[in-house]
Amino acid sequence: MYSTEKIVEFLNEIPDPEVPAISIVELGVVREVNLIDDGVQIKMTPTYSGCPALKVMEDDIRDKLSSKGITNIEIEMVYSPAWTTDWMSETTREKLRVYGIAPPEKGVSDKSILFSEGKKIMQCPFCGSTETTLTSSFGSTACKSLYFCENCIQPFEHFKCI
Amino acid sequence: MSNLDQDKFHYLLRLADNSLILGHRLSEWAGHGPILEEDIAMSNIALDLIGQSRGFYTYAGTIENKGRTEDHLAYFREARQFKNLMLLEQPNGDFGKTMVRQFLFDAYCKPLYRELSNSKDETIAALAAKSLKEVTYHLRHASEWMIRLGDGTEESHTRVQKSLEDLWKFTGEMFDNSEVELRLIENNIAIDNSSLKSEWNKTIAEILKIAGLTKPDSERFMSSGSFVGNHTEHLGYILAEMQSLPRTYPGAEW
Repeated sequence: MYSTEKIVEFLNEIPDPEVPAISIVELGVVREVNLIDDGVQIKMTPTYSGCPALKVMEDDIRDKLSSKGITNIEIEMVYSPAWTTDWMSETTREKLRVYGIAPPEKGVSDKSILFSEGKKIMQCPFCGSTETTLTSSFGSTACKSLYFCENCIQPFEHFKCI
Repeated sequence: MSNLDQDKFHYLLRLADNSLILGHRLSEWAGHGPILEEDIAMSNIALDLIGQSRGFYTYAGTIENKGRTEDHLAYFREARQFKNLMLLEQPNGDFGKTMVRQFLFDAYCKPLYRELSNSKDETIAALAAKSLKEVTYHLRHASEWMIRLGDGTEESHTRVQKSLEDLWKFTGEMFDNSEVELRLIENNIAIDNSSLKSEWNKTIAEILKIAGLTKPDSERFMSSGSFVGNHTEHLGYILAEMQSLPRTYPGAEW
């Protein structure tokens, strides 16, 4: 049997199905790994309540661990504490930026989300310009919003802070 | 089921039905949005809402302990068993009406979930805390459209004002407490809906003022009774469409 550290290492090889630049561990949805009789129990939390990628992540976890010879895989969904982008490390944020997604800022309070996102200074992940405008708070996936860079004249996505 | 569990079960159905029915209404916009960004926004919000309802239904099924899953509760109950607010089953109308409905509900839901995140029931508290983050985005989105449309052209202003008048009579029951809720409030599990009204009024007044819209007369007649299964005729049509597949092919998967 593997150690929990080894299991986490395996899980860290699974890319986020919607943002493959980072792993599901880096995304922060894997909350706990416990060794149980003949297998592993994994506690996961959704990024957004209706994130369609959640089922894919569950399937990917089962596939990955099965391929390592683990047969008993229990996946439990936990809701508390609610997922937050604050759990992403600096390294993960940098990976997002390199991939072309403006990373979430740290520790944004509830108030500033409401009514001020349009005025938030957002740096273009491609050219670094701050001459950018919010096109829409809702993007191609639940976790992203859409921006436009006036300097390099192209749209980019921002990983929303929640 | 103990009496307390029975009350919790019904309260969870209320929360779940609210999210599911509004989520389904918004999903009707998929592919029909006025612009691509709004099509995507409404689908995103629908996803959040349906996701929230799944959490509430699943927990309701666990409490009931009769083996009913989220799917059983969503697809195999009749209109009279649904507890969603009547506001949420109202037809989409034009884009403006959809935004007015969303705004009126989000302005209520945000303080509701904020307060519920302190519920003595830990699972309800966790689900509410999760939903609160999402509803905060939804409210901002709807508020911005209220302002843009209310303060837009004469046409958009007239339409939004009319939708506000049409939907207003469904806002009163948001602040009623059913007997179930009254008992749960005593146990610090549910939130006293009437305590949310002043904040709701404040949000509504603030946005309508910027939007140049007039708040409808608050003394007018208000419809009520959705918690005990009284609905407008629209709910039956939603369920007929939403439930047709699982009822025709029980257990269907793809």
